[in-house]
Amino acid sequence: MMETTHSKLAEKFIADEPRTDWHDETLWLVREKRDKAAHGLPEWEQLREWGSQIKNHSLSNFSVYLKEFEEKATANGIQIHWAANAEEHNQIIHKIIEKHKIQKIVKSKSMLTEECHLNEYLEKKGVEVVDTDLGERIVQFRKEPPSHIVLPAIHLKKQDVSETFHQHLNTEKGNNDPQYLTEAARQHLRNKFIESDLSITGVNFAIAETGGFVICTNEGNADMGSHTAAVHIACMGFEKIIPKAAHLAVFLRLLARSATGQPITTYSSHFQKPRKGQEIHIVIVDNGRSRQLGREDFRNSLKCIRCAACFNTCPVYRRSGGHSYHTSTAGPIGSILNPNLDMKANADLPFASTLCGSCTNVCPVKINIHEQLWKWRQEIVKQGYVDTSKKISMKGMAFLFSHPLLYRFTGKMARWIMCTFPFMVNNKLNVWYKQREMPKAPKESFTDWYKNNKKNTK
Amino acid sequence: MSSRDKILETIAANQPELVALPTIDLDTVIRYDDNYTQFKTILESIGGKVELIQNLSIVDDQINIEKANGQLIINMINETDKQIVSLTSFELEKLEKVYIKGSLGVAENGAVWVYESQMHNRLLPFICQHLILVIEKKDIVATLHHAYEKIDVTKEGFGIFIAGPSKTADIEQSLVIGAHGARSTTVYVVG
Repeated sequence: MMETTHSKLAEKFIADEPRTDWHDETLWLVREKRDKAAHGLPEWEQLREWGSQIKNHSLSNFSVYLKEFEEKATANGIQIHWAANAEEHNQIIHKIIEKHKIQKIVKSKSMLTEECHLNEYLEKKGVEVVDTDLGERIVQFRKEPPSHIVLPAIHLKKQDVSETFHQHLNTEKGNNDPQYLTEAARQHLRNKFIESDLSITGVNFAIAETGGFVICTNEGNADMGSHTAAVHIACMGFEKIIPKAAHLAVFLRLLARSATGQPITTYSSHFQKPRKGQEIHIVIVDNGRSRQLGREDFRNSLKCIRCAACFNTCPVYRRSGGHSYHTSTAGPIGSILNPNLDMKANADLPFASTLCGSCTNVCPVKINIHEQLWKWRQEIVKQGYVDTSKKISMKGMAFLFSHPLLYRFTGKMARWIMCTFPFMVNNKLNVWYKQREMPKAPKESFTDWYKNNKKNTK
Repeated sequence: MSSRDKILETIAANQPELVALPTIDLDTVIRYDDNYTQFKTILESIGGKVELIQNLSIVDDQINIEKANGQLIINMINETDKQIVSLTSFELEKLEKVYIKGSLGVAENGAVWVYESQMHNRLLPFICQHLILVIEKKDIVATLHHAYEKIDVTKEGFGIFIAGPSKTADIEQSLVIGAHGARSTTVYVVG
């Protein structure tokens, strides 16, 4: 059915076993840093609860808060634009670029502009955008999408970056020192910053009460761009709205600790008004979000603050890599956001999970991610978007489980086959044999063991 | 109908019934025996430097020596070098050090709040090679909740929490200090 399903793409990723192990272990290390930071605050669970409740409240009052935000921001001299979908978002930005005849554009990390494929859109119009987050610059050189929303180049090793920089920045061939490579990027991007005419950024939080917005980075790239360029365009999904400035305390305490285990990002920039002679535009984007808000089972996904804690903890993400999710936002949260954008194209994603629930446990705003994954599976099956083999095997299982006699007979046959003719299951035709050994079948079923055991203890 | 009206109309129709905001009880959040010690420990753990000084004369002397050595230094502590902040970004790229007075420090995360009026030019704390911030010891609060009670984000056009030097770990998760912004951040705490 689908050409690029998660399982097919993951197969490519795990072909390199040492690299898969490295990816797995490195992300787990980030998860452990998160734990350490969280445990440093006795009120951590209370903070999560506050974060969750503030977001629940915002969800229930978006229409009021968005109008309030628009009014306040406009009064502060910021220009507000509304985009119903990705196309309109891209058009608005292109219009501003054309109006000012802008040539030099720098962009800091914004998953929304990835979701809208802004760079490709502008490229087709002959406009070049320089991504300035180091990880994003690396993948941009390589013409790859980011594989993680916080660590865009986490799928790469330093020798890959060295090779890419040698090609594009003329760095010394074979010099894999991260310090040296980062310094080269610093020099290259500082030149881009100081000559930039337009800075495009994302938004971490937009505050209804003040009309201001906050951007968090560690590198300082959003600031280097925005405070240099004459025009700043900040792009946000409407769910970034929070009611009050005091709520920033809750979210800034949660965000970096959940993301990387830092107590706060290096820079938490609060934009309130344009500086003298500067224009600030905000593009507020829907692109399916209002539809998701109407789905009772899935609306909680709009609480997400994009920390990626669910990525780092996910056993499937860690062992399959971000590109296997074939969408701009990978990982567990992506798997509940993307079916809303295109259910058919992303029908495989809610199945790329073990439903272990670790994502839900680490989520700083308490999104019930694993439950939503399970609910999307049901929705997708109902809409007929699963492939035939899964449909047949599910139907077969359902039949088997509802006929106890047949179930016991089949179990007996399977055990006998696995013991007597192991090659019948240990072969390439069995997808469960791929990358793993089949278990040794027990001699008797649990039912038989229980019956015999009960007899013995009597 | 405009996109704006269409979006707002759909949101109004689809949003769930109104639920209340939580009450944030500051009595339940962490407190430290000594905010300064906590601030220093955290900021140094994330790559910053902290020094306790009695008064600003040490800093003034340092600035005079650096300026005499011909380095491009901007001193914003007493608005001394206010006139040169109108430099273009090309000129500011040569900037070695900037001295800025911050409003307060946050013990839990090592961040310092700086208003636009304290930096005069929004680009200064980022484009300099080395950033020096000055705060009063009595202005270190325990957590961000306490910080937001003291600052007013609507007072000026721009304001920022800065916690340590610019950094990245985008290459194989190896921490490198000095990504795009300042390569070092030193906080002088007066008190």
